[in-house]
Formats: sequence, structure tokens, C-alpha cells
Amino acid sequence: MNDRGDGAKGPQTGDARLRQQAIGVKLRQMFDEVVSEPVPDEFLDILRRADSKNDASGGRG
Amino acid sequence: MAERMPMDPADEQVFKRDMVALIPHLRAFARTLCGDATAADDLAQDAVMKAWDARSSFQMGTNMKAWTFMILRNQFYSEKRRSWRSTQLDQEAAERTLVAIDDPSSPLALDEMRLALKILPSEQREALILVGAGGFAYEEAADICGCAVGTVKSRVSRARKALQSILDAGGYPRDGSPAGDAMRSILADAERLSGPR
Repeated sequence: MNDRGDGAKGPQTGDARLRQQAIGVKLRQMFDEVVSEPVPDEFLDILRRADSKNDASGGRG
Repeated sequence: MAERMPMDPADEQVFKRDMVALIPHLRAFARTLCGDATAADDLAQDAVMKAWDARSSFQMGTNMKAWTFMILRNQFYSEKRRSWRSTQLDQEAAERTLVAIDDPSSPLALDEMRLALKILPSEQREALILVGAGGFAYEEAADICGCAVGTVKSRVSRARKALQSILDAGGYPRDGSPAGDAMRSILADAERLSGPR
């Protein structure tokens, strides 16, 4: 993190930074939680359907 | 516009493989835009379809994650009318959220974060998510959102400050002052911190 101070601003600065870090961690957790969910079949069906569309009728794509 | 050349079948396979790998990330991004999980998956599916249909305009070897996120984001805003693209705090969502955060029976930190994010103007929320959780550089986030790098930086910084004040507020003990007063001052504070531009 690019801070300008080097602790000269006292404990509050460090505290604020810690809280910002906590927010960052939580944000990533929240995002990663969804990323690690199993992908519903519908999503893969889209690409599967795209395949058969290609094979069968060559092209509305 | 360049003429749309059909994609090489080998490229198409690579494209599809990469697309599959990106789906979990698209779902996560959609979830932060929509809030509602079902609506988010609908949006993400639409984006996958759009991306597939537009595959011939994708330049192989460039950043496919950013490209698909941009498609998803555009889809979101085109669907949801302009008015959804708020640049101000959503007062109603804010009040519901603060009530929820204040509820001692739901102390889950992640839920708090989710609720607090909903209060932010969508421009700030998306900038913060892309940079803070999605792993994008400011430049990439700027491309995705169609704005200047400096704008992304300032949105992220405003979003961080506003989030912090919202989350801090949720931790205040409720005894003493009337909840309504506390809420108004929290909202005023959050609004000031997250103000447009």
C-alpha cells in the first residue's frame, strides 16, 4: 500500500489502514465465495448448444 | 468496423475452454451488480451467450476476462435502464441495510459487507469490486467501465471510505440515541464520502 506517512501520524492512521485491509479481505472473500460455487448446468448448456448449432446448421452464430 | 471473419475452429475451441474457466468469475461479478442471485445468474448467462455470439470480434491473445466482464457490465446497464445506474446513495437500500447491520442476530461480517456494498452508488461499487476483488488493474477496470483511469481511482477510493463509514456505523452500540437520528447521521456521512465524482 502506498502510504505517505511512516507512522508519524499516530495510531489512528495505522488503525484506518488495518480497517481498510480488513475491508479488502472481506471483499475478496465475498467474491471468491461465489467463484468457488459449482457452476449451474445452464451455463455449460449454453456452450453445448452453441456446439450443436455449429454442427447442425452451420450458422446463425 | 472490421468485417466479421468466422472464427478458426481451433481458436473456437480455445475460446470456449477459456470461456468455461471464466464463468465462475462472471457469476461473481454479476452477483455484485445484481445483488439477487437468480437475477445475477440470468445476467451472467446472457453475457456468456453474448460473448459467444461476438467471439469473432474477440482478438485471441488479448485479455478475455476483461472483455467478458465488459460485455456483462454493458448487458447489465442496457437491461436495467439508465435509472439503475445511480450516482447517488440509494436511500431506501441504505436504511434497510443499516437496520439489518444493526440487528445483533445477524452479525455475519460477510453479510454486512454485502449489504453495505448495496448502498454504494453502482459506479463506485463496480470499480471497487473490479480492483479490490476481481484482480483487475486500474487500467483494465477503466477499460471495462469505459472511463478514465483517474476516474476509477477516485471511485475506488470514495467507495473504500464510504464502506468503512457504513461498516463502522454498523458496529455502534444502539443504546441511548434514537436509531432514526443515528441512521440519518450515518447516511449523511456516507453520502458525503461517496458523493458523485
